[in-house]
Amino acid sequence: MIALLRHARYVLGDNSVTGLAFSLFLLFVFAAALGPSLAPHDPLASDTAQALHPPSARHWFGTDDLGRDIFSRIIVAARLDMGIALASVVLAFAVGTLMGIAAGYFGGWCDRIVSRIVDTIMAFPLFVLAMGIVAALGNTVTNIVYATAVINLPLYARIARAEASIRRESGFVEAARLSGNGEARILLAQILPNILPIMMVQVSLTLGYAILNAAGLSFIGLGVRPPTPEWGIMVAEGASFIISGEWWVAFFPGLVLMLAVFCFNLLGDGLRDIVDPRRRT
Amino acid sequence: MSAGPLLLSVRELSVEFRTRSGTVRALERVSFDLHRGETLAVVGESGSGKSVTAFAVMGILDPAARITSGRVVFGGLDLLTENARALRDMRGREFAMIFQNPRTALNPIRRIGKQIADVLLRHANVRQSDVAARVIELLATVKIPDPARRARAYPFELSGGMCQRVMIAMALACSPALLIADEPTTGLDVTTQAVIMDLMAELARARGMATILITHDLGVAAEYADRIAVMHAGHMVEVARTEELLARPRHPYTRGLIAATPRPQARLDELYAIPGSLPDLRGDNIPACRYSPRCDQRQMDCNEALPRSMVGVDHLVACRHPL
Amino acid sequence: MSALLEVDNLSKRFSVQTEGRWLRPNRARPQVHAVDDVSFTIAEGETVGLVGESGCGKSTLVRLVARLLDPSDGQIRFAGSDISIVAARRFGRLPTRAQIQMVFQDATDALNPRFTAFDAIADPLRRLKRLGGATLQTEVTRAARLCGLSEELLGRFPHQLSGGQKARVGIARAIAVEPRLLILDEPTSALDVSVQVIILRLLQDLQRRIGLGYLFVSHDLNVIRLLCDRVLVMYSGRIVESGPTDVVLTTPAHPYTAALVSAIPNMAETRRKRVALPGEPRSPIDPDPSTCRFYGRCPKGAEVCARMMPALIADGQGRAVACHFPGA
Repeated sequence: MIALLRHARYVLGDNSVTGLAFSLFLLFVFAAALGPSLAPHDPLASDTAQALHPPSARHWFGTDDLGRDIFSRIIVAARLDMGIALASVVLAFAVGTLMGIAAGYFGGWCDRIVSRIVDTIMAFPLFVLAMGIVAALGNTVTNIVYATAVINLPLYARIARAEASIRRESGFVEAARLSGNGEARILLAQILPNILPIMMVQVSLTLGYAILNAAGLSFIGLGVRPPTPEWGIMVAEGASFIISGEWWVAFFPGLVLMLAVFCFNLLGDGLRDIVDPRRRT
Repeated sequence: MSAGPLLLSVRELSVEFRTRSGTVRALERVSFDLHRGETLAVVGESGSGKSVTAFAVMGILDPAARITSGRVVFGGLDLLTENARALRDMRGREFAMIFQNPRTALNPIRRIGKQIADVLLRHANVRQSDVAARVIELLATVKIPDPARRARAYPFELSGGMCQRVMIAMALACSPALLIADEPTTGLDVTTQAVIMDLMAELARARGMATILITHDLGVAAEYADRIAVMHAGHMVEVARTEELLARPRHPYTRGLIAATPRPQARLDELYAIPGSLPDLRGDNIPACRYSPRCDQRQMDCNEALPRSMVGVDHLVACRHPL
Repeated sequence: MSALLEVDNLSKRFSVQTEGRWLRPNRARPQVHAVDDVSFTIAEGETVGLVGESGCGKSTLVRLVARLLDPSDGQIRFAGSDISIVAARRFGRLPTRAQIQMVFQDATDALNPRFTAFDAIADPLRRLKRLGGATLQTEVTRAARLCGLSEELLGRFPHQLSGGQKARVGIARAIAVEPRLLILDEPTSALDVSVQVIILRLLQDLQRRIGLGYLFVSHDLNVIRLLCDRVLVMYSGRIVESGPTDVVLTTPAHPYTAALVSAIPNMAETRRKRVALPGEPRSPIDPDPSTCRFYGRCPKGAEVCARMMPALIADGQGRAVACHFPGA
């Protein structure tokens, strides 16, 4: 554990970009955690007299068409966006990994069934599939989470399957059988711990995609409903004002969205450096 | 056999690797000679630096490696000062190498005939129209049965022994003057090993080719080499003619290695177990004689500078108190 | 000495996947005869060597004996009772599981990279002996100490251990549950010669102290000679010769054994007459049951060798050969 932390510190220090991404990540987590208490104004309070004011000392990111402070809305939306992304990724990770390792380790029918499910999901353009699921089940946050989880599941299942399949021939698996371990126990106690680090890297990489997905769904109206602040909805609401010159309504949510995805991707790369044993001395 | 003219001369070769945990002094002042037509075995255990030596001579060291001193003189040219392009031209044509694990050293998605053809086209100035015939000729030289058909095979279709023959064919394509064989038979069955080694010896003899045979197996070295160089922890500790080295080893490590190798006459409790393990080659606390911590003949002054002395005709030892 | 292990007419066949199976559903699938009609015994406390080259079936044979695989035919008896009737899948739940253990060739591959040396040695004790807490600690330390592992090394992960240390952990894990038969699959072939001596001495020492029987697999005849009382020579799934080690290796009766012995690199006699074996072993897929497997590569060989499979015939003095023309 100590060695891991020391290595982590080395990687973060060595690569300034990873260090930057990590700091940005902490900022987002901070905003998500403390959200409403950090916002200078009430994100839902409309004040039509203040509508569409450009960025100023009072409203750092300006106000939208209902006079709400954009900066506050962005901060509060962080919790929702990060929450959706995290929940869907954790769900995809848990279910996908279990399916994948079972398929990779046992082979045979288990492998065939899991592979067909994964192939079926991947046959669809993933975003369209998410749209379909939300449209069918209804516009709730829970359904957005489910939809995003489903479309990310194949990635985890495939990686887990490949990794389990490589390891099932290993000497330590045979040794485990000689030691009286049953197959299920070997899978969960011996193989899974070896696969987890690689899966964790995928988690951070898909977080970015999950946020984009949730934002995208909201942008086209299939996601979170107004007046709930959410980055995607805010971009959608602000899109119509770009032409009339009120650029800030869409710009700032869009910028934050971009930074979030950017930061998760960079973090994923850094995380891979930390956990991939081949990168270690 | 009497030694031919000098072909390769390595002097005071030192190589370092920069790693996260420090600088590893992988080779220190390695020196040896090689004459035309002779076979020199470089014997050592894992971590002794024998492969690093070979890679340094070939010029294919890892980018993290730094050659801090020394000369590698081949046919009058110091290879360490040549530019990359000149080296690339020489590699394959003047000196060639075959590796351990032949199947992984070949490109798995290209037919072996094509891989041999690559070498011929690049280095031997063979015309495209003649290349196929030359490939079959080479496969026959390394005694691969049905060469015309086998040329179209992929590496995974061939056994380990066959893959090694293909590697030998590739190495010999341009009739180089020097062949470096890095553990060519490790991982092969003992009967296949015998056949491959016999083949290499025969081909070397027929073409007057010098061979550097890198191995951890003293038995193989004893059987096929004219001279043996023993390496330990980046030092070349003893170099001598084979019979001389086996009969009268002058370095304690050589003696220990001979005594540890299982042989028909000895029982298990008669074998010698060399105590300790390889020293950590990072950092600055490496003793001058890297074997001294494990040596049963160690004396007080063994930590001072390590000399290299001639203790007989063509018999070099790096020890302050040779046996 | 009573028989610890008795193997009778053991065979193992694997089906081979071929293309176009769907087009010829009535044709039986071709089978690889990995192990073919093998019989031998190991007495209590005896060390029996198993020699053969890659593809001869020795890995399959040891996995059958270790009950990791199920045989296609034949019987395996351990201390008198038939252990081949229980499926490999269920064998782990029997008490006999702890009595037969194995040490693997590649010690690195045989250790879980995420388990410490302690965890690795403790695993069979937890699973097979249901030990925990202080008793577990004591037993692990005992096994480790028997194998020359210091307490400090127990907390390390495989990538922090040397080759020799990993080999010791593998052995400690195998003997922790006090087996009566230990199968060693080329335990020292990946080790340097100086470490090999130490590990072989350890194995010899353990045998004297705990009275284990060994089935020692190796391709290195010099190592076999050091440790084994008797040796079995395997070729293409069959035992072709067996007998006391010294006798078999000095005066091999089967031509394959002779070829093997002549191929060993030898420091003493630097130029030896080599028996060269041309070509490759015959395909193990659906071999002709009435042709000797070695026919074609054998320096001897007559018409009878193609007509009749030679049986393993004992000479009454502990030796057995399967050849129509045994002897020098």
